[in-house]
Amino acid sequence: MSQALPTPPPRAWHLYRAMVGVGVLCGLLIVTVFLGTRPVIERKRAEALQRAVFQVLPRARSSRSFRRMEGRGFEPVVKGAVGGEVVHAGYDEAGRLVGLAVEASGMGYQDVIQVLYGYDFREQAIVGIRVLASRETPGLGDKIETDPAFLANFVRLDVSVSEDGKRLAHPVEAVKPGAKQHAWQVDGITGATISATAIADMLGRSASRWIPLLRGHLGDFREAS
Amino acid sequence: MTQEPLWSIFVNASLINNFVLAYFLGLCPFLGVSNRLETASRMGGAVIFVMLVASTCAWGIHQLLTALDAPYLRLISFIAVIASTVQLVEMVVKKVNPALFRALGIFLPLITTNCAILGLALFQTNKGYGLVECLVYALGAGSGFTLALVLMAGLREKLELLEVPDVVRGTALALILAGTLSITFMGFAGLGA
Amino acid sequence: MAFELDQDGAPGSDEFVKGLWRENPVFVQVLGMCPALAVSNTARNALAMGLATLFVLVMSNVVISSLRRFIPRQVRIATYILVIATFVTVVDYAIQALSLELHKALGAFISLIVVNCLILGRAEAFASRHGVGRSALDGLGMGLGFTLSLFSLGAVREILGNGTLFGLALFHAGFQPWVIMILPGGGFFTLAGWLLLFNAVRERRARAVSLAGEAAQ
Repeated sequence: MSQALPTPPPRAWHLYRAMVGVGVLCGLLIVTVFLGTRPVIERKRAEALQRAVFQVLPRARSSRSFRRMEGRGFEPVVKGAVGGEVVHAGYDEAGRLVGLAVEASGMGYQDVIQVLYGYDFREQAIVGIRVLASRETPGLGDKIETDPAFLANFVRLDVSVSEDGKRLAHPVEAVKPGAKQHAWQVDGITGATISATAIADMLGRSASRWIPLLRGHLGDFREAS
Repeated sequence: MTQEPLWSIFVNASLINNFVLAYFLGLCPFLGVSNRLETASRMGGAVIFVMLVASTCAWGIHQLLTALDAPYLRLISFIAVIASTVQLVEMVVKKVNPALFRALGIFLPLITTNCAILGLALFQTNKGYGLVECLVYALGAGSGFTLALVLMAGLREKLELLEVPDVVRGTALALILAGTLSITFMGFAGLGA
Repeated sequence: MAFELDQDGAPGSDEFVKGLWRENPVFVQVLGMCPALAVSNTARNALAMGLATLFVLVMSNVVISSLRRFIPRQVRIATYILVIATFVTVVDYAIQALSLELHKALGAFISLIVVNCLILGRAEAFASRHGVGRSALDGLGMGLGFTLSLFSLGAVREILGNGTLFGLALFHAGFQPWVIMILPGGGFFTLAGWLLLFNAVRERRARAVSLAGEAAQ
């Protein structure tokens, strides 16, 4: 080593040792924590999903998730995977199909709103919604989650299909608060018009797309878990 | 998985949910650089550029990690790639356009630790955007950041000439200004619906 | 292979206390504000965020301090960031396992702890030069100071903006909440308010000290 330099420059070996060593340690730690928490997280996710499905399909006692496969209808989801187009089927105590819970999203007042809604085959109506994610203004837009009169719209929101089964007989329509006359209309909220209309619009769009599809593949959902 | 039209993504990212004024991302450079109009606009330009590059990289990494089924590596890979990309960009700009490099010079490294870039990568991944949507989102976020920065700079330059109590000078005053700007931007809500 | 000499003595309470007031990260050094304001609209979120940052700060300080002799100067920032990102990932999964609802409320901001300049700053300024014990105390003090400031932001915003604290209603039913406090603008104003208070107190102390100094002459 040269005596003139107070600190000799590090050899390449030291640089590699540091980076690789720290990298390996960090990798081990991350993977261990990931594997350790994964069962807990998946269990909690499944429980939360089931709670949500039971909320939007009041008659359901058990549920199962299905993924839409291109050209093949719906197949049961094997892992606890997310992404892609997933719907959740609800079954009563006897294992009979009650309805399907579908996710919908659309732009609200402040940001995108995500909801889960339950479609009941017997009633041909939406029988419940649950807001999954919303950043609407507290006290105003967030009334879509709390206003009882607004939520009453979704106890039985008519989304019956037309004769040919390819589209909705009556599109979901948002009206002024109190002006609701038909079962496919949604009473708005005073002071939160845009948020309420957004919900009605996204339900209408999603229902137009999914319900004819779901009805066409009813057989795929018959088997309960 | 998203049905948002592109123009809505842009308006959302730049105005309604402005990265600085609604998410508080990028505050360090925002408060530090926004007292001169000229430097503010240069910084904004640099941020837009870095955001576009980082957004593409983040999309690519997300695809790769999903294929490899290693979601736990996301944060580390984002940071590593963003930091090295900015370094690379700096070197390329220095070679290709030295005048531009001198103009942007000190801002590029500053941007690396800017939470706005990482925030952009994380948000777009959570929203599940495709590549085109990611780019529009990045453009919107960068433009919104630049707009807020330029507005702040203009206001602060004017404030320099006025009498302000000592106790509030500096960061506190900048924060009050930012709060007022944030309220102003709330007026854009409802544009996207 | 010589690295910077350690300045070691026995760990003292000063390491711990300085993070709480004199060098309070958020209010005095105005560091790491980014994630602070976005998730400080309720006391619970602010507290959770503060504690998560505290964990990352202490753990990364400890690890970096124990590895300080093996990390050459040239790669130190890269390795520090690697260590910090690891612990942030760990905390992210831990919060998910503890409470899905809290994780949804905090969202991507947990991951943004990694760019909190406070953590990298302490690693560079302190943990790389001191022993494990003192680094841990330093991290603990700074982390608690950070949590304290975040909590004061979150508490004020929740009390004024919602009329509750940790979800418990504080006022009678007729209370009209200042909704603006929960919105981003309120976050800016609250932080400005606390900073003003700190500045005013410090200025008064400085004036008292200089007056005492003049009187002594």
